[in-house]
Amino acid sequence: MASDVQAKRPKLESVGGECKCHGKLPDDRFTKLHDVIEEYKDKPGSLIPVLHEAQKLFGCLPEDVQQFVAKGLGVPESEVYGVATFYSLFSLKPKGKWTISVCLGTACYVKGAADCLEALKKELGIDIGGTSEDGLFTLEGVRCVGACALAPVVVIGDTVYAKVKPEDIKKILAEHVEAHSAEAHVS
Amino acid sequence: MTDEKKKINLTIDGIRVEAYEGEMVLDAARRVGIDIPTLCYHPAIGPIGSCRVCVVEIENGRGLPASCVTPVREGMVVRTNTEAVREARRTVVELILASHPQDCLECERNGRCELQDLAMRLGIRESRFHREKEHKECDTSSPALVRDADKCILCGRCVSMCSEVQNVAALGFAYRGTDALVTPMFERGLADSKCVSCGQCAKICPVGAIHEKEEWQKVADLICDPDLHVVVQVAPAVRAAIGEEFNMPAGMPVTGKLATALRMLGFDAVFDTQFAADLTIMEEGTELIERLKMKGPLPLITSCSPGWIRYAETFHPEFIPNLSSCKSPQQMMGAVIKTYYAKRAGIDPDKIVSVSVMPCTAKKFECARPEMNASGQRDVDIVLTTRELACMIRQAGIRFQDLPHGEFDAPLGISTGAATIFGVTGGVMEAALRTVYEIVTKKPLGKIEFSEVRGMNGIKEASVDLGGTEVRVAVAHGLSNASKLLRHINETGERYDFIEVMACPGGCIMGGGQPRSQDPDIAEKRAAALYAEDRGMEMRKSHENIAVACLYEEFLKKPGSDIAHKLLHTTYESADEAARVSRKEAM
Repeated sequence: MASDVQAKRPKLESVGGECKCHGKLPDDRFTKLHDVIEEYKDKPGSLIPVLHEAQKLFGCLPEDVQQFVAKGLGVPESEVYGVATFYSLFSLKPKGKWTISVCLGTACYVKGAADCLEALKKELGIDIGGTSEDGLFTLEGVRCVGACALAPVVVIGDTVYAKVKPEDIKKILAEHVEAHSAEAHVS
Repeated sequence: MTDEKKKINLTIDGIRVEAYEGEMVLDAARRVGIDIPTLCYHPAIGPIGSCRVCVVEIENGRGLPASCVTPVREGMVVRTNTEAVREARRTVVELILASHPQDCLECERNGRCELQDLAMRLGIRESRFHREKEHKECDTSSPALVRDADKCILCGRCVSMCSEVQNVAALGFAYRGTDALVTPMFERGLADSKCVSCGQCAKICPVGAIHEKEEWQKVADLICDPDLHVVVQVAPAVRAAIGEEFNMPAGMPVTGKLATALRMLGFDAVFDTQFAADLTIMEEGTELIERLKMKGPLPLITSCSPGWIRYAETFHPEFIPNLSSCKSPQQMMGAVIKTYYAKRAGIDPDKIVSVSVMPCTAKKFECARPEMNASGQRDVDIVLTTRELACMIRQAGIRFQDLPHGEFDAPLGISTGAATIFGVTGGVMEAALRTVYEIVTKKPLGKIEFSEVRGMNGIKEASVDLGGTEVRVAVAHGLSNASKLLRHINETGERYDFIEVMACPGGCIMGGGQPRSQDPDIAEKRAAALYAEDRGMEMRKSHENIAVACLYEEFLKKPGSDIAHKLLHTTYESADEAARVSRKEAM
């Protein structure tokens, strides 16, 4: 499933998280979104799948994209906004190139995940939910990722970092950037 | 109709109750005099089941179900007042109070708040819980409504009203859990949303989270300025409901007391919007006859309801050419006061403050529309709701229920029964038909009452024979009904000649500025008050209004004249178009 999603994800020329989300550029993503809406139109329960596709196209769900979806599906804007803000999978703001998920499950927490999180906040200069200024990282706290034996766990993009110590954070980030810079934009 | 439904027997608190299949436990209990407390439930929108205040115990059932969404079952044994039930209700209300501001004394709803009432009724003496909620700025962007999200208890009444009953969906739920919010899209202000200012949300909000933008204190101050001539006009629907604010029975017309109260408050002249309603019929009737003759654009659709006008501009701009170019009675009256009346009374229009008392919050929006200045001044300066006028009367120490009968001032206080029924769904249509029939056929009407357009059915239709021409009319009230009718026309091309739309379900008597009520029959009671007034009037057709005839003779010449057009008519604009222009200007 994940690779399927990956394959469909268009390569964006923008790097560093600067999604050109504001729809003012002549851009064919709205044409593509239009086709998606046409496909789902008149089917009950189509809002969530259409928002998924929209997020794949744009990287996030900014205002004009939500309005476009609302108009296209004939759904009230307030409802689109309600759904887009309800599910944590949807994001209104552009995300960084990689999402850092710090596991805050019991085992990781006991093993010092909170200190790792603090170190990440300090290193990146952001809070949970924020994106670093260089657009590379979005920081998130997640519940148990199911790898308790490796606690504390930090997942960056698709890479799992095990038994992380707060003092390793700087090195991990630098290594990650070096190793994965060639990847497509992931959000 | 209920006779066809299956009967169900159950026991509530030891009382044997006969109910009908599909009925909820709450309704069955209330019918036998057991008043289960509620918070999110409101008869105007039906059950939501979100607040859990109406929980009950059901024998052999699991947990404590909410009685507003639990259907009756044969042999059911319900207990509404056990220790577990009382404890659960108290906890629910305490949890709501935990994040509710404790500034009740300064709240707009102080003394008339459903949450306050409930806390009192359930005997809450301490709050065991406390939670800091993220503070949200009070939204004052709309000229009609104020939304204070800090006070919102997330009951969902306004969301349900806005989306299901009014089909506007300006308000919705966003985020989840402890972050959940009721808000327009992207947490914008109401002024930047699709809100049409109908105020139905404000009328059913149980707390002070959404209410009209209050201006009554300002009016009270202006009255005290000796240099100003402060005049007031009052809409027909106000007289059918304001008595309720003073504990008088619903449906008791209080027109005479209302005129007396306004004079006691110190207004320099007390006028009746009904005068302008008669004037509207002369202008709109002429427009209808003209459009029937010229074959278009038809159907002509009424334009008295500013919530409806905004709805059409926002959601159905394709019907803009069909809207009557007539201003609403409020705005016509405003233009006449600052021209005809000012001249007649020898008063500088600059010194006139024109106040209107309306059952409506959208009238505040309408009065602020930039184009409403045909007289060279703002047509109307300040709009108060029925509720705000009641506040003013209370503050002034006037015992409304004991007031003697008073009269409105001539000539702008003279009106007919046709104008009185403007306040109820079908009333504008009926008033127009009474006049148009007699003008077209030149024969007196046999039967003056058009019962086909009366009543609370969402969409009403009728055919009227105008001296050989069959005129097809329709009446819709509540914006989802209006939308249904317009979509029907778009899809089938069905021919109508004349359509009346009122934004609020029931018409102006149920407007967003009217006294709040949980009586399920309130619309019928208020309507009956207006129909009774109409029956008691000497003049019952707008074209018989001698004061209106004088206005034409002395000032406006004839209906549809150039000066009438300049002062009494207006134009509309698609909301999308207007937004595009203002965006361009901003850039």
